[in-house]
Amino acid sequence: MSILLNKNTNILVQGITGSEGSFHAEQMMEYGSKVVCGVTPGKGGHTATIKKLPVFNSIDEAKKEFQIDATVIFVPPRFAAKAIIEAIEARVELIVCISEGIPARDMVTVKNMLDKSSSTLIGPNCPGLITAEESKIGITPGFICKKGSVGILSRSGTLTYEAIDQVVNVGLGITTAVGIGGDPVIGSSMIDILKHFQNDDDTKGIVMIGEIGGNMENDAARWVKENLSKPVVSFIAGQTAPKGKRMGHAGAIISEGSETAEAKIKILKECGISVANTVSEIGVTMKTLIG
Amino acid sequence: MKIHEYQAKEILKKYNIPIQEGYAIENSADIDSTIKKVQADFNCEAVIVKAQIHAGGRGKGGGVKYCPTFEDAQGAANTILGMNLITHQTGPEGKMVNKILITEALDIEKEYYFAITFDRSKNSDVFIVSSEGGVDIEEVAENNPDQIIKAWIDDSPNALESAVKEIITSLSLEEFENVEQMFKDLYKCYLESDCSLLEINPLVSTTSNEIIALDAKVDIDSNSLFRHPEIAAYHDKSEEDPLELKAAEYGLNYIKLDGNVGCMVNGAGLAMATMDIVKHCGGEPANFLDVGGAANVETIKNGFKIILSDKNVKSILINIFGGIVRCDRVANGVIQAVKELDLDVVVVVRLQGTNAKLAKKILDESDIELISAETINEAATKAVEMIK
Repeated sequence: MSILLNKNTNILVQGITGSEGSFHAEQMMEYGSKVVCGVTPGKGGHTATIKKLPVFNSIDEAKKEFQIDATVIFVPPRFAAKAIIEAIEARVELIVCISEGIPARDMVTVKNMLDKSSSTLIGPNCPGLITAEESKIGITPGFICKKGSVGILSRSGTLTYEAIDQVVNVGLGITTAVGIGGDPVIGSSMIDILKHFQNDDDTKGIVMIGEIGGNMENDAARWVKENLSKPVVSFIAGQTAPKGKRMGHAGAIISEGSETAEAKIKILKECGISVANTVSEIGVTMKTLIG
Repeated sequence: MKIHEYQAKEILKKYNIPIQEGYAIENSADIDSTIKKVQADFNCEAVIVKAQIHAGGRGKGGGVKYCPTFEDAQGAANTILGMNLITHQTGPEGKMVNKILITEALDIEKEYYFAITFDRSKNSDVFIVSSEGGVDIEEVAENNPDQIIKAWIDDSPNALESAVKEIITSLSLEEFENVEQMFKDLYKCYLESDCSLLEINPLVSTTSNEIIALDAKVDIDSNSLFRHPEIAAYHDKSEEDPLELKAAEYGLNYIKLDGNVGCMVNGAGLAMATMDIVKHCGGEPANFLDVGGAANVETIKNGFKIILSDKNVKSILINIFGGIVRCDRVANGVIQAVKELDLDVVVVVRLQGTNAKLAKKILDESDIELISAETINEAATKAVEMIK
């Protein structure tokens, strides 16, 4: 078992004719993902193919010929919100948006639509998700993953990889790893993903990686205390980050006292979550809990 | 992106928001004529001289002066233009004042705080107001939290209408004409300009019963600038750290800090985590630097150049998680960059991911002085210990 994604998930790639889209479509297929087709508005047609995949002008067109369970979006930021909305309107169950730099206002509109739909959005500005040895959607390096018992969720891309690598190296392995994205407005919150892990029997422990800015980790900590029966290891990046400076991610900026790493770590601990002191200790901390 | 008060007021004016009028200048030769022009155009004797820098607390720092006469204004303008202004937001080094705004002085009855921003947890915009305006709002929040009123604007049909009514009632502004329309226009301005913050502190009522924006602070979502070329043109490079600007030209994300251990990392989260572990090992990080997904010779070389422009740096910790980019390539890039730049600081390299073992071998066998490490902990410890 796993969450959100398995080897049978039929995947469409939006922006497949771009360099990122075509490169990662190929990487995904090499990993074993069932990529069935792509969409680029204006570039579709009966004979259009890329990496031997058929290309359509729209998701609706693609749906006439394929069952589509998930879509991954590699389009420039100024068109990305439109691409997400197209996927919501086409009722695609799982939408993963990799694009970075989408205006926050566009994402507010998307989020309001999303709340009234049955779609799940992961991202934007994220590496996507991977179910070990089955399928990946997005840009996570597949070779570092081994099947196991730990679920991973993270606001940061390379920290997701770091966590996967450590959990695999201590001999535990992963079920699914989800990068939820570093923007202020994102499709799925930490709690949304925790709920999936709670219901997945194969996931015995969860690594939850946060950073400065916003209050999502605090909300998640309180939710864990009330609802979750599985051990959680957390790490919060940005203990040395100065106030008022945006640390790379649009969402990683401290504007209130509760948004600092220190405040988040305190709340996480109060809610019974094991917090790794440094980034190096994520894997070993999980090992002590479920090893 | 931050913009100046006078620029923010230009935007507000387009939305018919009553503002305290004035003119901005950057040359001292224009001081006398501008004071006279403000006095004539806005029919006043007294004026205010205001430093234009991207930081709050200007008044307390001596960057805002009330001037009853022409001579007072002359003196204040000549003092403030070109001064190094230190406020609680500039840091101890202060900021050079390159522009001043000379405005009319108004007879103020009462001062209010007004802001619109985005509340992540509710996925809604929110009005934040207080009848304790003109002071540091964070202090009000701390000492008198009851004095701060929030009204959220979600996507329901009458949300704006009711939020505006709520703030008017809470500030007791019912008697003022057009105030409802003004708050709606402010929200329109906030939305259409892709603001992440629109703050007016203070918003004032005058003795002639008008509501006027005395100050304005507007932050724009940088991701939206492609659709606001007129706002993008407001970007004032003199307000930014020259090294951070240079890094941006290279496509690198760099923020200078006060320590001596330089950090070069791919990914923002890992970059922060690397800074944190340096501190944990007893050192002080010199910077945040995210070289992005594609760490190649060019980005690594540019990263070195930026880090080494900071003369405090004694060692450099390179922490790259090679995903799509293979570590052996990164290792060769590091070696080439170190050779070309002829570095004289300690360089510790930790590469993890695809071909990490091969990369370590390449680093260990190279003829340049590099320290390689397997874990972040080991790398950080070495980068800190080697310079003690």
